[in-house]
Amino acid sequence: MGLSPAPRPDQRQEVTHGGEPWMATRLDFLVNWARANSLWPMPFGTACCAIEFMATAAARYDLARFGMERMSFSPRQADVLICAGRVPFKLAPVIRRIWQQMPQPKWCISMGACASSGGMFDNYAVVQGIDTIIPVDVYVPGCPPRPEGLIYGIMLLQKKVMNERSRDTTLRQEMEPDPKSQLYIPPPVIDELSEPFGNSVHQTRSGL
Amino acid sequence: MTAPTSAPFTPVIAGAATPNAPAPATPKNVPHRGGAANPSADAMRAKFADAIRRVDVVWGETTVVVDRSRLAEVVRWLHDDAGQRYDFLADVTAVEFRDTEMPIEVVWHLRSLPYRRFLRLKVQIEKGQPLSVPSVWAVFKSADWLERECYDMFGITFEGHPDLRRILMWEQYREGYPLRKDFPLRGRFSRSEQLRQALAANPEARYSMEELSIAQAYEDLPDEMRRRLSTGEKTGE
Repeated sequence: MGLSPAPRPDQRQEVTHGGEPWMATRLDFLVNWARANSLWPMPFGTACCAIEFMATAAARYDLARFGMERMSFSPRQADVLICAGRVPFKLAPVIRRIWQQMPQPKWCISMGACASSGGMFDNYAVVQGIDTIIPVDVYVPGCPPRPEGLIYGIMLLQKKVMNERSRDTTLRQEMEPDPKSQLYIPPPVIDELSEPFGNSVHQTRSGL
Repeated sequence: MTAPTSAPFTPVIAGAATPNAPAPATPKNVPHRGGAANPSADAMRAKFADAIRRVDVVWGETTVVVDRSRLAEVVRWLHDDAGQRYDFLADVTAVEFRDTEMPIEVVWHLRSLPYRRFLRLKVQIEKGQPLSVPSVWAVFKSADWLERECYDMFGITFEGHPDLRRILMWEQYREGYPLRKDFPLRGRFSRSEQLRQALAANPEARYSMEELSIAQAYEDLPDEMRRRLSTGEKTGE
């Protein structure tokens, strides 16, 4: 598929059979098409979801069909961070650092209940959803999700990538929350709203 | 610099101390309480009469409750004595009961490979007593991380441990000891405060030089690596 510029009217020739073919398309479409079909995943597997992720990448489900056959174990060459499994607080600075090391454009898939919301681990050690640390594009529910579920999430991400527009400059801005903005809700207020009786009410295991 | 000389390695063969003993078989119909105790229990009674508070046999496994002040002595004897030879420390942990009047128990799981024996030692810390027991690191080097974990989760101080600090939670963790009964399941701080404190940690500062044993082996390192370390280059990443 060559990409010749459209010929001027005075140079226009009949394209005969066997001549150099050309096509016209939107640049956005072409770039997005290329990006969506060569998303290199950065697998961040911490638990059983990673096993399902491995199954997705293996022969039966064959993630290579989506241009994702290259697992990028270095964040510098990765496009999609796939967080598969629970993230303890001790790993929170690590996964944020990995996200910061990935070059734009980059996306994130939160695979499974634990990565999306903490899942059953509503305890002192586990981050309650990685979207409290890094932005997430697609959430895949399940405990763990089947490979079909992950592939569906990947196809949703591809659809999202296909709909991006290069004129939209806000897409690639990495926003830090601005405390001066009127939309900004400080974390203690969020705590106050979501847990009005405190984090640990009725949580003492001794029943004291 | 000379390489430290050490005794030649001699593998421990399980059951080697009792060559004529029958081959081990899976026991059947083990009673919940009672049954034959580990012969080490009687030997301990004979040797440390007043230090042995109680001997229980639960599901065929022998539990010996030892006086806290003489624990180090008992463990040293169990390890060194030719008739015991407990050479493997499998676990160090603690138990806190729901009834707050009951003592907190610190548990050691010992295994004697030559005699094919299992022994559970316990020390009871009565209510109001300081949560500290002697460390067995001098006898079993594997106690290092096990005791650190027990300290991290229960707040029990092991006297004589060379490097007693947190191992599972990060070192700046300030919410307490998670496996204690008075610890709320979700922790003491709010979620946003927990996240703020966790994200404030530097992920590259997790490994200290001591942790990588570089400090002790510094003289043995190649010159080039020593030069890089002396300029403060991070390791462990």
